[in-house]
Amino acid sequence: MSDRRGNLKISTVARLFKLILQKNKWKIAVVLLCILVSTLATLASTLFTKTLLDEYVVPMLKSGLRDYSPIAAALFRLGVVLGIGVIASYSYNLLTVYISQGTLKALRHSLFEHMEKLPLSYFDSRSHGDIMSVYTNDVDTLRQVIGQTIPRLFQSVVTVVSTFVSMLVLSIPLSLVSVIMAVIMFFTTRYLGKLSKKHFKKRQQMLGTVNGYIEEMVSGQRVIKVYCHENKTTEEFSILNNQLRQSVYNANKIGNIVMPVNGNIGNLGYVLIATVGAAVALSSLSGFFFCGLNGSALTLGALVAFLTLHKNFTRPVSQISNEINSIVMAVAGADRVYELLDQKAEENEGSVTLHKEGDGKWNWRTKDGRSVPLKGEVSLSDVDFSYVKGKQILYDINLTAYPGQKIAFVGGTGAGKTTITNLINRFYEIQEGRITYDGFNIREIEKNSLRQSLGIVLQETHLFTGSVFDNIRYGRLDATEADCIKAAKLVLADSFIRRLPNGYHTIISADGGNLSHGEKQLLSIARAAVAAPPVLILDEATSSIDTRTEKLIQSGMDSLMQGRTTFVIAHRLSTILNADYIMVMDKGRIIERGKHHELLALRGKYYELFTGNQIIS
Amino acid sequence: MFKTIFKQVRQYKTAAILTPIWTAAEVVMGVLIPYVTASIIDKGINAGSMPDVYRYGIYMLLMALLSLMFGILAGRFAAYSSTGIAANLREAMYRNIQRFSFSDIDKYSTAGLVTRMTTDVANVQNAIQMLLRVSFRAPLNLISSVVMCFFINAKLSIIFIVAITILATMLTLIIKRASKLFQEIFKKYDNLNAVVQENVSAIRVVKAFVREHHELGKLDRAALSLYKLNVSAEAIMALNGPIMNIVVYGSIISLSWFGAHYIVEGTLTTGQLTSLFSYVMMVLQALMMLSMIFVQLTMSSASVKRIAQVIEEEPDMDNPESPITEVEDGSIEFEHVYFSYKKGGDYALEDINLKIESGQTIGIIGGTGSGKSTLGSLVCRLYDVSRGKVKVAGVDVKRYDLTALRNQVAVVLQNNTLFSGTIIDNLRWGKEDATEEECRQACIAACADEFISSLPNGYHTKVEQGGANFSGGQKQRLCIARALLKRPKILILDDSTSAVDTATDGKIRKTFKVEMQETTKIIISHRISSICHADKIVVMEDGLIKGFDTHDNLLAGNEIYKDIYNMQTSGGQGDFDEIT
Repeated sequence: MSDRRGNLKISTVARLFKLILQKNKWKIAVVLLCILVSTLATLASTLFTKTLLDEYVVPMLKSGLRDYSPIAAALFRLGVVLGIGVIASYSYNLLTVYISQGTLKALRHSLFEHMEKLPLSYFDSRSHGDIMSVYTNDVDTLRQVIGQTIPRLFQSVVTVVSTFVSMLVLSIPLSLVSVIMAVIMFFTTRYLGKLSKKHFKKRQQMLGTVNGYIEEMVSGQRVIKVYCHENKTTEEFSILNNQLRQSVYNANKIGNIVMPVNGNIGNLGYVLIATVGAAVALSSLSGFFFCGLNGSALTLGALVAFLTLHKNFTRPVSQISNEINSIVMAVAGADRVYELLDQKAEENEGSVTLHKEGDGKWNWRTKDGRSVPLKGEVSLSDVDFSYVKGKQILYDINLTAYPGQKIAFVGGTGAGKTTITNLINRFYEIQEGRITYDGFNIREIEKNSLRQSLGIVLQETHLFTGSVFDNIRYGRLDATEADCIKAAKLVLADSFIRRLPNGYHTIISADGGNLSHGEKQLLSIARAAVAAPPVLILDEATSSIDTRTEKLIQSGMDSLMQGRTTFVIAHRLSTILNADYIMVMDKGRIIERGKHHELLALRGKYYELFTGNQIIS
Repeated sequence: MFKTIFKQVRQYKTAAILTPIWTAAEVVMGVLIPYVTASIIDKGINAGSMPDVYRYGIYMLLMALLSLMFGILAGRFAAYSSTGIAANLREAMYRNIQRFSFSDIDKYSTAGLVTRMTTDVANVQNAIQMLLRVSFRAPLNLISSVVMCFFINAKLSIIFIVAITILATMLTLIIKRASKLFQEIFKKYDNLNAVVQENVSAIRVVKAFVREHHELGKLDRAALSLYKLNVSAEAIMALNGPIMNIVVYGSIISLSWFGAHYIVEGTLTTGQLTSLFSYVMMVLQALMMLSMIFVQLTMSSASVKRIAQVIEEEPDMDNPESPITEVEDGSIEFEHVYFSYKKGGDYALEDINLKIESGQTIGIIGGTGSGKSTLGSLVCRLYDVSRGKVKVAGVDVKRYDLTALRNQVAVVLQNNTLFSGTIIDNLRWGKEDATEEECRQACIAACADEFISSLPNGYHTKVEQGGANFSGGQKQRLCIARALLKRPKILILDDSTSAVDTATDGKIRKTFKVEMQETTKIIISHRISSICHADKIVVMEDGLIKGFDTHDNLLAGNEIYKDIYNMQTSGGQGDFDEIT
């Protein structure tokens, strides 16, 4: 885990490693081995320069013999070693692909699987963009870390260690020079990183501001046009845009310096080693003090090889220091992934399950095997509820819907109508009181069974990419085409569906973009109809259907509600007029209840609401 | 497509040109350094001359410093030009979006436009920076290394040529295969995101129907196909490293073999051989860089395409030449107007003929999709008619200056938006220099003053994005007040009091009648009570005018109107509008 100051929290890193290790133990072992082999092969090729010069070329020059066969043999041996290195390199590259992609696939699966278990409050309390970005941005940074950064880091470490050992073998003091240069490089990078951190933070802030501005303006684009505000908003945008440019420039400017600075520190080291090395090789100092671990003095070939080794040594050091930033970023991404995975899932402690018998009747089945027919009696007693602690939404709700009854809720925005329905299907959990369903406390009923028994049509229609059939069938996955058409006919959706380019097979794109709101509502009613649930909840289900069409589908709606306990939220009188009970809600309380004519006779709030609309008559 | 990007370089041209020049200078230094190294070894170490070691050491030091300087300059200029071009791209898009007509806006989703201006621009910015810094560095490195090689030993440089050819061919093949796959991968990513997006926004439906498992199945299918494609693309890319290794090792072995011969024969020095080894690495790194650039370019080309689309979108509505800037009065005339949202699509309006006199109040009523909003939006030319003419004050709307027309024809849209800022800020959209008193007057007329004054900060209360801190009815009243500040000749209210309770609605209408006698008022609504007092009422159904008369006459003779009226009044079938 990383906090804002960019510090790593070990627990997240550990979990990340555990996740990768989980199913890939052997693959990872092979990868590590292969990286080791291929790095050593590269090292062998570097060291060969020394062997070539010191053991073959120089003696040949001295002796004047022209026998190249020992060189050929040495080169052949080198070739074999390098060949093994190439195979190792391909193996670990390929394996890494499988490990990283496999891990990502598993991660996406468990993210989604867990997300599906989260309570509604999770989705209601954050923007969908934020949730989406876990799947896109955050998982993507992980891909880089798993697929690239980690293998590269390991490779760098192997290179650094093995090169350093070779350097020590050749010359201890020169190795010291190399190490000092590497340390300077590391701290320079750190320093530059710190310098840029401030700018990066500013950059992120500006990005947020500009994103927000664009989003707000683009979504209000029509209003901008109507008010001829184009020039004004362009001016405002220009100012923000320029600020963003400046902050990105400041951040990138420093980021871009890292590479040349490190490269040239490497060059400086090169000069230093060349000079010192030459001085040592030429002077008589080459005694004990300047020798390597092999005990021999610094030879010409050794110096040449050492210069290459120095380059190989410093490159990964600058690479590691460079990648610290990307690791911090990735861990921050992993953090958000784990934040989602650590969210507490919905409670589902109930054991009473719902079964549809062969004759189409629904039965409850308790843990001890008792079978009770579903009747559809829903009762709330003394229910209090608040979404956020301290802001109570519902007070002391008491009501009973007997099987087959139609209960209507009316009242203004925020009166708590929708909240009640959210409690019945346990989208949210009540704090006080009791809700029972056929006598069972709804907490005793297994959640999926509870929800399957309640059909919901919401004001906000949500359709899915797929054909019209697919969308209606969402209500009951095993519904036949005939079932779907029957449901569509029931709610008078059939005629407009037939007018679509491919009828029932027309693909509906992103949330029904090509349908009108009213048509979408008809489809979602058809979806509920095909599910044929014992209890119905209609939350402003016909609000976008014009009054004439609504009148036409009235009979369909009536037959849908026939014999089913129904909760209706509506602002249109026609929808609630024939309800068995009308609950008038105000500020979280039921203030009046009764049938239409009873409520009118009361001359209370309902009367006020009702007659307030009757300006004409 | 890339032309669009080039056009946006503008004031950053110098920086964009200088970047590769600095890079070139840096590369030259970088390439010369191994050459000097050879001198250190040959003339210094091998010749046993310490002064030469120092001399070449100082040369190298100077070169390293110069290279550092050029490197920093190149980095700065690259950052400057790439961020600048990115800013230009954003601005060009934003400017063009401001030119969009309503039908252009319909083509893009808000999210799509935001992504283009953020993520896509960031992609392009990175690609540009990389292009400027690396795409010149790599070939330069390549060429100069080969040239240096040639200087050192012409015969050995053949090894380089062979190595480069092999590697270049292999890399091209790899990239070609992989880039095709990457394009498909992007599509699969979109699929996956669509599944998640749909699921998150429809979570209530998913949970209500207990379809969590079903959805997980969808995700797994999308994730699996993404996995398969990714594995095959990256497996190809995984060949990069080993192939590079083979070529490097091959070159080293052949250099060692031939180099040993030449040294023994005396045509090559040991120092030169070491610098040749360095050049091999340089050449191959340059080639790897080139292959990386290509991958990056293919990845960003999708972004470039999306950006170019917005910048190049030619708004389908433009100001006429020598436009009329004065709207004489508020009369409106429709002459045989046909309109469809899509070219060649079904008509949303058919053969509309209407004559509205200045100062009249006109109601428009009809069901969902009957075309009543469309009719209103043609008056201030939010859309252009497909056939026929719409005239305001006797002049075709196409001949007016758009700003002048829209300032005189105010529309309160169905989906009206408030912007973050204060209430006063929002009201001043209607009239930039409106005094607080003017704003208050407008709010009184729109029945908004009462709730605004009860707020602790009154007119200086902050409005959150989209007006989230106000109720639907309050927002609508603010939007009406904003429109009133324009003092328009024509005022169109498109279902803009639907969340306002009926009593307040009536009060607003009354003020209009008294205080805005000169203004033509068009009230679009599905609620009888909102329009029945109008001078005349247009009854619409399926894009046709089915009646245009007074309330009484319509009630007597128009079946549709009678139907709607009966449904909403008799038998108590009214509306429970939200009272908040």
